[in-house]
Amino acid sequence: MLLIYCPYCGVERPETEFQCGGEAHIARPADPGQASEEDWVEFLYMRTNTKGIAAERWRHTNGCGRFFNAVRDTVSDKFLKFYKAGETMPDLEAIAKEAGK
Amino acid sequence: MSQPFRTEKGGRIDRNAPLTFTFDGEELHGHKGDTLASALLANGIHLVGRSFKYHRPRGIMSCGSEEPNALVGIYRNGDQTPNLRATQVELYQGLQSISQNRFPSLGFDVGAVNDFMSPLFPAGFYYKTFMWPKSFWDRVYEPIIRAAAGLGKPPKSPDHDHYGNLYAHCDVLVVGSGPSGLAAALAAAETGAKVILCDEQAEFGGTLLSESSASIDGKDPADWVSETIAALGAMDNVTLLPRTTAFGYFAHNFISLAERVTEHLAEADPRLPRERLWQVRAKEVVIAAGAIERPMVFPENDRPGILLADAGRTYLNRYGVKVGHKVLVATACDSAWQAAFDLADHGVEVVAIADMRETPPENLMAIASARGIRVEAGCVVTGTLGRKRIKAALLGRLMTSGQVASGGQVECDALLMSGGWTPTVSLYSQSRGKVVWDADKGAYVPGVSVQNERSTGASKGLYGLQATLEDGYAAGEEAAKAAIGKTAKITKVAATGGEAGYGGTLGALPHDRNASRVRAFVDYQNDVTAKDVKLAVREGMQSIEHIKRYTTTGMATDQGRLSNMNALQIASGALERPMTQVGLTTFRQPFTPTTFGLFAGISRGDFFDPVRKTPSHDWAVENGGVFEDVGQWKRTWYFPKNGEDIHSAVTRECKTVRDSVGLFDASTLGKIEVVGPDAAEFLERMYTNPWKKLAPGRCRYGLLLNDAGFITDDGVIGRLADDRFHVTTTTGGAASVVARMEDYLQTEWPDLDVWITSTTEQYAVAAVQGPKARDVIAPFIEGIDLSADALPHMSVKEGTFCGVPCRLFRISFTGELGFEINVSRRHGKMMWETLAKEIEKHDGTTYGTESMHVLRAEKGYIIVGQDTDGTVTPQDAGMSWAIGKKKFDFVGKRGLERPDLTAENRPQFVGLLTKDPKVKLEEGAQITVAENPATGTSAEGYVTSSYFSPALDRTIALAMVKNGQALDGKTLYVPMPDGSIPVEVTGTVFYDKEGARINV
Ligand SMILES: [Zn+2]
Repeated sequence: MLLIYCPYCGVERPETEFQCGGEAHIARPADPGQASEEDWVEFLYMRTNTKGIAAERWRHTNGCGRFFNAVRDTVSDKFLKFYKAGETMPDLEAIAKEAGK
Repeated sequence: MSQPFRTEKGGRIDRNAPLTFTFDGEELHGHKGDTLASALLANGIHLVGRSFKYHRPRGIMSCGSEEPNALVGIYRNGDQTPNLRATQVELYQGLQSISQNRFPSLGFDVGAVNDFMSPLFPAGFYYKTFMWPKSFWDRVYEPIIRAAAGLGKPPKSPDHDHYGNLYAHCDVLVVGSGPSGLAAALAAAETGAKVILCDEQAEFGGTLLSESSASIDGKDPADWVSETIAALGAMDNVTLLPRTTAFGYFAHNFISLAERVTEHLAEADPRLPRERLWQVRAKEVVIAAGAIERPMVFPENDRPGILLADAGRTYLNRYGVKVGHKVLVATACDSAWQAAFDLADHGVEVVAIADMRETPPENLMAIASARGIRVEAGCVVTGTLGRKRIKAALLGRLMTSGQVASGGQVECDALLMSGGWTPTVSLYSQSRGKVVWDADKGAYVPGVSVQNERSTGASKGLYGLQATLEDGYAAGEEAAKAAIGKTAKITKVAATGGEAGYGGTLGALPHDRNASRVRAFVDYQNDVTAKDVKLAVREGMQSIEHIKRYTTTGMATDQGRLSNMNALQIASGALERPMTQVGLTTFRQPFTPTTFGLFAGISRGDFFDPVRKTPSHDWAVENGGVFEDVGQWKRTWYFPKNGEDIHSAVTRECKTVRDSVGLFDASTLGKIEVVGPDAAEFLERMYTNPWKKLAPGRCRYGLLLNDAGFITDDGVIGRLADDRFHVTTTTGGAASVVARMEDYLQTEWPDLDVWITSTTEQYAVAAVQGPKARDVIAPFIEGIDLSADALPHMSVKEGTFCGVPCRLFRISFTGELGFEINVSRRHGKMMWETLAKEIEKHDGTTYGTESMHVLRAEKGYIIVGQDTDGTVTPQDAGMSWAIGKKKFDFVGKRGLERPDLTAENRPQFVGLLTKDPKVKLEEGAQITVAENPATGTSAEGYVTSSYFSPALDRTIALAMVKNGQALDGKTLYVPMPDGSIPVEVTGTVFYDKEGARINV
């Protein structure tokens, strides 16, 4: 069972309090009506499915209820960074380098 | 009381505490401190089971949890638990045990005919033989295979025991209490770190409990163990867990422990659980799991009486049991010699030490010589005689040519073997670390740590008492420093003696026998021989993963801890590739077999899953309601009266609702309070419908899509004030709709000022439906004008019901005049009982979910999840009217414009009437154009809902049919096994098409 840090509560809690919300930083087009077919399909269905360092959405469902983002190594299950929703996506390559990947 | 193989003195058993037990009905004697295995051996019983496939007689082979043969059933609490390892079962007064996989008896077993037919059962036998016909698989082959092969019989009754479970946190978890584990625990505990020390055995100490040749600080090692455990036990920061197996190492240093609490007791406190599951989050872990001895792979190496050398030594020194009177020791390394010396010192005749090495160490030769033990160097066992117990062994002399010359025969009643030692890397492997081959040690040892753990002592291939103690201290210090950043100075002990476990042999040993006639076992529990592994390679298996599955080697409950290294070496030889290139299978959780009870804990029976009850539950039970499960909810399905069946009850309920009035518990519907200045804007974006212009006091049906454009939920939403909405969802969608609202609100539109609160549990809801609904509720409602003008269809007002605050919705899911009254959950029972009494005055009825379904189907109202399947758009469902086309955006709007969603020939929601009004269609049945379509013809659609309609006095159905809305009046077919059913396509509203009844 993973340990996850909620940046809103400021605490580390077991995985059972959280739900994973899939890949992070996939923005819904601001004006969907103007989105091209390709852009909309990309938004709906296309995910990178990274083997390695990935940014994911998590929700502290059984806690504060907030969505936040986390950088996780999908191979080792190690979390490398937690940050609040709305904050810019960190440099995953830099994080990977720091983690020795 | 005779125990012919018990020593005169010595051992850790309590000779003043004799115990009686039975094995296959025979009464036997042992002592407190015995395991079932040691007590059986003390009575001279080696034969304890029949093997899995060939039903060969098998004896006790080890003294630990790796035991492959001695699996027994133990009777307890009126039932038996199968497949327990006799080497781990502690003896208690009155213990009843049975052998397994034999018929009619252990001594004479019919299944043993398999052994004589063994040429018929090579590796992959099942794959090759039972291929066809397919229909024979589950009816013929599997029962035969299951009856013939196998382990113990499952218990017949539900588990009588109960199980506990707890979570724990610690700084340092030490797994294993041999020399390195104890040293690690001491070193870590002295720093003040919170330490848990667990060991799968009943007593702490590991090999130190059977070590005769060593001393620690001049003391008997067992005394040092006692002192150390006493010291640790006195520290508040240390938890000692004997009889506790660390069976699973999971992510983020989460380790599962199985503590056996009462199974070893003749009479246990019934309040205590049989086992306790510890789920431990450890900052740091020290793995001190030791090593296990490898069997030698020589022909007939599986006869009862053949044991691992160190097990023989442990039985002698720890349990006071001689494994035989005439013992042959066969070895390829030093450690087994000590077993021979200890046996000789207890007066056992050691007939010979056969060491494969040409020149064994001189010091060992000298000790053997001093005891008058015959030593055969450069000698290997090439076979054994005896059926239910070894009688003699054949020796072979290893020639420089690689050939083996006959070395004669020696009589013996026990054979101790040692092929060397294999570090127990299971937990390290479970922690996702990769083992590395250490050529010097001839073993796979832990490599780089992936999690916060380190292996110490023999579990990393380090042997010798002084060395393992030092390594243990270092591991404990390192772990504590990493966990809490502290170190402590501790008094370290000095040791002399202690076995060295280096050296040994791997794989099948050479012999001078006819290779086609003899079998040397690699995996005892699964009856896999050296020949099977070679055959698998000949038949094309290249990777150890394939060889493992083809032969089943390493797939028994020990996961190959005994067999893997030998199997790898044999495969490597057959493949002509170095062993390191053959691969290694991964060890997985659990380390040893673990009971289902432990995993289930208290989650069984009523506690398996939470049960949610509605306010009318007790009343419904008292009034004969029949329930159905809807998710975790118990909902009343129907209320039979005077012995009605479901059909009669539902027909009566539906008719009564349409004729007078019905009462229905709608409390399970999801309810969400959406408030804030931007609440209307938020709903505008979430739902397809427009909300901004909805006046306070009015309701609207809301349709919720996903961004792909498909229907995911629906419900009526009432506006209570400019900034407050009462949203309802389907019963099943209650939680997910809140989650999706939060998702969009927090991550897409954080600028909106809205609060979302789930109120499903807060409100009890009574639906009163039917022409007399207004009369039923009128006496109890205050503060709300119920007249049609003041409270028209689709409106909501706040007032009181019997004096308690209520939200009164005028809405209908039946097509009749209807109200849904929401009161605080704690008043739900009062409301239900009040209304249930009141409806009787109006010849009304309570009704359940079945009638609710029928009534809505008569009106063509969809049920999301029944009539839709996640690929249905509003247009498909005939609900384009629910879409606010002028809206800038809503969830799913852009999705609906995608070409596939606007294409022709999409399945559309229609009604179906069978030509024969009595025939009711099967829900899920396929619909075709042709009456008797050719095999392979695609269906045009399928039936989603089907009922008998009391209002129409005939059957009705709803369906999704390709382009269905254009097929009105056309005839289609529903092919069924008994013939094709003709149906007419109709609209979806069957009753009161004008909707007049709702507006009264
Ligand atoms: Zn939180």
